[in-house]
Amino acid sequence: MTARTTQAGRRLRFEIFRYNPEDPESAPHMQTFELDETPYMSIFIALNEIREKQDPSLQYDFACRSAICGSCGMMVNGRPSLGCRTLTSDLPDVIKLHPLPVFKLIGDLSVDTGTWFREMVEKTEGWIHAQEAFDPDAQEARMDDDTAAAIYENDRCIECGCCVASCGAANVNEEFLGPAGLNRIARFAMDPRDERDDADWFEVVSSQDGVFGCIGLMACHDICPKELPLLEVYGYLRRKALSSAMSRRS
Amino acid sequence: MSGALVSTDVLVIGGGLAGERCAIEAAAAGHDVLILSLVPPRRSHSCAAQGGMQASLANCVKADGDNPTLHFLDTVRGSDWGADQEVARIFAEEAQIAVRELAHFGVPWTRVRGGKNSYFIKGERVEIEESIENDGLIMHRDFGGTAKWRACYAAAGTGHAVLYAVDSEVIRLGVTVRDRTEAVELIHDGSRCWGAVARCLRTGEHYPILAKATVIATGGYGRIYGQFTTNATINEGMGAAIALNTGVVPLGNMEAVQFHPTGLIPSGILLTEGCRGDGGYLLNRDLHRFMVELEPHKQELASRDVVSRHMAQQMRDGKGVETPYGPHLWLDIRHLGEEHVTTKLREVFDITRDFVGLHPAHDLIPVRPTQHYSMGGVRVNKDGEAYNLAGLFAAGEAACWDMHGFNRLGGNSLAETIVAGRIVGRSVVSHAEGFSLDAKTGLAFEANRHAESRAEEWLGRSGDGPNVFELRDAMATTMMDKVGIFRTGEELREGVDELHTLLGECDRAVLRSKVPGMNPELTFALRLKNMLRLALVTAEGALARTESRGAHYRTDYPLRNDAEWLNRTLVRWPVDAPEPNYSYEPVGLIDLPPGHRGYGSDERIELTVSVDDYNGDVDEKQREHGKLDTVEPIGTRIQWGAWEQAV
Repeated sequence: MTARTTQAGRRLRFEIFRYNPEDPESAPHMQTFELDETPYMSIFIALNEIREKQDPSLQYDFACRSAICGSCGMMVNGRPSLGCRTLTSDLPDVIKLHPLPVFKLIGDLSVDTGTWFREMVEKTEGWIHAQEAFDPDAQEARMDDDTAAAIYENDRCIECGCCVASCGAANVNEEFLGPAGLNRIARFAMDPRDERDDADWFEVVSSQDGVFGCIGLMACHDICPKELPLLEVYGYLRRKALSSAMSRRS
Repeated sequence: MSGALVSTDVLVIGGGLAGERCAIEAAAAGHDVLILSLVPPRRSHSCAAQGGMQASLANCVKADGDNPTLHFLDTVRGSDWGADQEVARIFAEEAQIAVRELAHFGVPWTRVRGGKNSYFIKGERVEIEESIENDGLIMHRDFGGTAKWRACYAAAGTGHAVLYAVDSEVIRLGVTVRDRTEAVELIHDGSRCWGAVARCLRTGEHYPILAKATVIATGGYGRIYGQFTTNATINEGMGAAIALNTGVVPLGNMEAVQFHPTGLIPSGILLTEGCRGDGGYLLNRDLHRFMVELEPHKQELASRDVVSRHMAQQMRDGKGVETPYGPHLWLDIRHLGEEHVTTKLREVFDITRDFVGLHPAHDLIPVRPTQHYSMGGVRVNKDGEAYNLAGLFAAGEAACWDMHGFNRLGGNSLAETIVAGRIVGRSVVSHAEGFSLDAKTGLAFEANRHAESRAEEWLGRSGDGPNVFELRDAMATTMMDKVGIFRTGEELREGVDELHTLLGECDRAVLRSKVPGMNPELTFALRLKNMLRLALVTAEGALARTESRGAHYRTDYPLRNDAEWLNRTLVRWPVDAPEPNYSYEPVGLIDLPPGHRGYGSDERIELTVSVDDYNGDVDEKQREHGKLDTVEPIGTRIQWGAWEQAV
């Protein structure tokens, strides 16, 4: 078995952001915990170990613990990451954990991504816009498999919020749709079942809160845990916005 | 710490696929709907269903000739005749509509590519010419235990794609979702349910929610097996537990627990059935492909219980690979090639790379069977309404509806969430009309005070009692070792005793942390006793059932016994009673007579009465056990004898 090796006998030092807004006596601070590293140790394994053996008040979020639900976005040594699939063997002896910025803090490492993403879906109307009602007796409408695959490619976003946390624009402009929001628009814009046309998309895509609000740092593209092709997404949306603007002129 | 009363027409507990599809039906009919979810709905465990959704659309060559009757047959055989056959029939008919409706909601289903295609079938590369006529229709792939290629899929992320599409519809309809909220107690008067008490997982505050109809859609109870499960950390079975705690609602077939052949070592993360469906092999320590001689016909694609048991036997025979995490076997998908593994099985590729640092096109993957699915749950009638408590419904894995009997087929769970969500949604709509909630506020506040007092009691305990997390680990070990894949009377008795001890310990356990707010330790402590109660009824149900059926395998009673056990276990736990009550009802009307499943042993103890005699008093007996009236009488959806043309 060619499994990852663990540096033998490492003693890890976790420096974790602590603040419980529900506790009037709590103030934001960093707290240090120490742990012996074990094989395959992930941030998920480590945080459970700390909560269960050292400090049961520690708040953080995990659900699937397999990098598909997007619950556990957090800053690991300054980088937005999914805690469940970040192995300690890839990290130095000192591991600093902070909650994701941009999102509202719930407590310690736990942030409210749910409310942010629901608002994003509402703003972008992130659902199929089709006039015709579903006909339970009809065969499904056809779709080219390559088109289905292309939609799936963008549909894979798990809304973990890592891209939003890494985004220079989202950190200063609350209204910015963020990389995940723009990706969501692209996903529906390329779907032939969605009847919105370029003009419908123009307002939401072309403002400072849309694709032109991006300041081009592209940290989102580098940190996306699902390796979504965000660079291509922005190219696609900018082209769409331009062609829509041109056609408006003519 | 008590909040204001909330009222709604329909309360849906659980924001996964079954709950959300049900909510859509009710919201589209104009009702106020409130969804409670432990996590934002898109983070529900439904997202983890990687492999597919069964529906007999018959769109590709290997699905040619498929139809709902064949789907019904596979489902009933898979269940080892434990299923309610009318429900299996309803399901098989409506699964087609469900899949097409999801295409309408935006799921990017993988489509048929007309012309020459290259597939892996039982390990061989096969060229198949798909008809141009079917180009662009929804594609199928092979899955365990089915006669045809039937699983519809969206690359390797079907559950994710379906969940996002359905949640988009929920948002489009403006349905209110309260995430980070747990239902901790049902509000009821002994004959009718009037909502639930919620606990906010942001603040720790309790508040009552009055509802004309309440739906439990909280998924399975896999976490009673601790870390030995593919289930998410949130699958702690609290929906089933709050139903059991009413004292009147029975849970059905709690001992029917499925183990999945391919949980990744050491984390238990699921590797999809699609790995084997697409031609993956299982190898033992000697790199020997043992399934070929053990199941020559189906090989790695025999049903999950059969594959899991052969794997467990290999490990018991010392043919597993020893590691610090215990023994495991190998999954081999190297021969599928880099392109297939990184596209069609991309999630599998990601998981093996990220969690064990391996590349499945080049390395063997360490796997072992782990708990995977809960066939048992809140016992409901064919409309989805709970036994004994009007106005309470359940759908999806949380329910025992019961289309899976003692074993669920791969891809049938995802299909069930949508089909049951639609059907239960319709029942809820007709139920939510014409009730007044005005007189029920007293009941609501009483339930709220009761829930609050439990939290206060935990916070009030002091001293040096046991730690809740240690009790959880002890429960998990007992469940895996004594109530696992192989079961014997002796071990089950030991398991029951251990769980009784743990229940006693739970009453002495002490919190280490009393911080204000949601307090993660208190949040878990409030669930622990519920989990132990579910574990106990699972173990006792397994001890009482002296036969082997589907996933329930007793080495001391290796045969299926239709003479004595062609029935469903029902368990109620009257309020304040020291012990639960067990009783047994007929599985339902039988259309397909009990027979051989087509895999595994075909030895069994035959039914001693005729099928007609068995069917004669099914309705009456089920009513005695608390079944409520259904919109249509029993049996109306069965297509009697339709299966005869298919065998």
